[in-house]
Amino acid sequence: MKSGVGAPTRARIPDKTLRTDRWWLPPLLTNLGLAAFVVYATIRSFWGSAYWVPEHGYLTPFYSPCLSESCLPGSSHFGTPLPELPGWIPLGFLALPFLLGFRLTCYYYRKAYYRSVWQSPTACAVAEPHDRYTGETRFPLIIQNAHRYFFYVAFLISIINTYDAILALTHGLGLGGIILLVNVTLLWAYTLSCHSCRHIAGGRLKHFSKHPVRYRLWTLISKLNVRHMQLAWTTLATLVITDLYVMLVASGVISDLRIIS
Amino acid sequence: MAYTAKFKVWRGDAESGGLHDFDVEVNEGEVVLDIIHRLQATQAPDLAVRWNCKAGKCGSCSAEINGRPRLLCMTRMSTFTEDEVVTVTPMRTFPVIRDLVTDVSFNYTKAREIPSFTPPKDLQPGEYRMQQVDVERSQEFRKCIECFLCQNTCHVVRDHEENKEAFAGPRYLMRIAELEMHPLDTADRVRPAQDEHGLGFCNITKCCTEVCPEHIKITDNALIPMKERVADRKYDPIVWLGNKLFRR
Repeated sequence: MKSGVGAPTRARIPDKTLRTDRWWLPPLLTNLGLAAFVVYATIRSFWGSAYWVPEHGYLTPFYSPCLSESCLPGSSHFGTPLPELPGWIPLGFLALPFLLGFRLTCYYYRKAYYRSVWQSPTACAVAEPHDRYTGETRFPLIIQNAHRYFFYVAFLISIINTYDAILALTHGLGLGGIILLVNVTLLWAYTLSCHSCRHIAGGRLKHFSKHPVRYRLWTLISKLNVRHMQLAWTTLATLVITDLYVMLVASGVISDLRIIS
Repeated sequence: MAYTAKFKVWRGDAESGGLHDFDVEVNEGEVVLDIIHRLQATQAPDLAVRWNCKAGKCGSCSAEINGRPRLLCMTRMSTFTEDEVVTVTPMRTFPVIRDLVTDVSFNYTKAREIPSFTPPKDLQPGEYRMQQVDVERSQEFRKCIECFLCQNTCHVVRDHEENKEAFAGPRYLMRIAELEMHPLDTADRVRPAQDEHGLGFCNITKCCTEVCPEHIKITDNALIPMKERVADRKYDPIVWLGNKLFRR
């Protein structure tokens, strides 16, 4: 180490860290969690079937909105303005890139993957392995500043997911409907707890006293915002659970637990 | 109950140095600074350590304990097991002067680079009037005791000496946020935060927040809001257009 903590004027300590706790564990768990989701989501996005349960109106969020003629009858809640798609294009291709972008540019996920994937730094007061560091000052990471645009689209997609869940409830009440409802509620909580949303709602104001409604909104979002990390992980889990449940019911592996038919 | 603890304390200067072993008495209720003082009194009278209030309010006794940036006076010995070796080193981001004392003048240089509070020209001292709700965001940042633990732990300068010129560090970016959010401040803080003080270097990994002894939410309440304001100004054409059209 010739630079950083090994720079000539600093205390001569050869170790890259003297931490004695298990500082390597959180980034390891983050890597495993993110990798598990990415693998599952990629497989399911390209799967192309078992995403729609016509008798109960369950549509997995990975395929919503389904807007092409390749979609199963009934699963296109907003019509089929797009022609049939080749098999290698996911049916949810319109929403998925934005949802991915929303999470990739999310302030919490940035912290998570900068630490765990890029190791910049792996943990606090642990020397990072990179020789140079420019942060988010230049391309491509300067794109992180577009987070708000992904938020706008994620907001619209949350409305669509809500519509899907409500539509499922019109078919009666089953466990799948409850799962869809819980999932969409948590998706809203995650989306609204976003730092960009907090800023748009009122964070950019200089005088809260002149904007009482926006200040109230900012206060409410700030309360949600402190749980942004928990919501980020919880919604990954609920997305997988929701999709898995719909997949199992749609493929006939299990039957939906009906409460009100 | 008193017991004998094993300590490793870094001793040296900018030329050379290393960890020295000490066996030292620990009594109930003591903090690490007490033990360092006992070492000075009994085994190492020339051990250099900077301290002042011993109450976590002056920000003088910043160091690294078992590799973690901490205040010596706020780290209780009861957080360690009796057989645990406690390693104390100076902060590793700043040039070392001697033993546990570092040269923190980097921070004073950065502080001077930020234009001071700029009230409206027609407002005299004594005429300042503002709503509590408008100043309370800034007030959180006023809790800062300038211990420089956030500056020390920030990897942008800790791991990259060459970034010290371009990057003000979390403490001073928070100072910019404090002024930017102040209802009576009229100076432009947003563009300089990115262009002159290096806000873009921050990758919001939250180590500054983790080590803050005052529990200030530096990242969530200062750095990210500033990044969003920079995005408003520099990277968001819709906000730019809105400002032009509605002259906000």
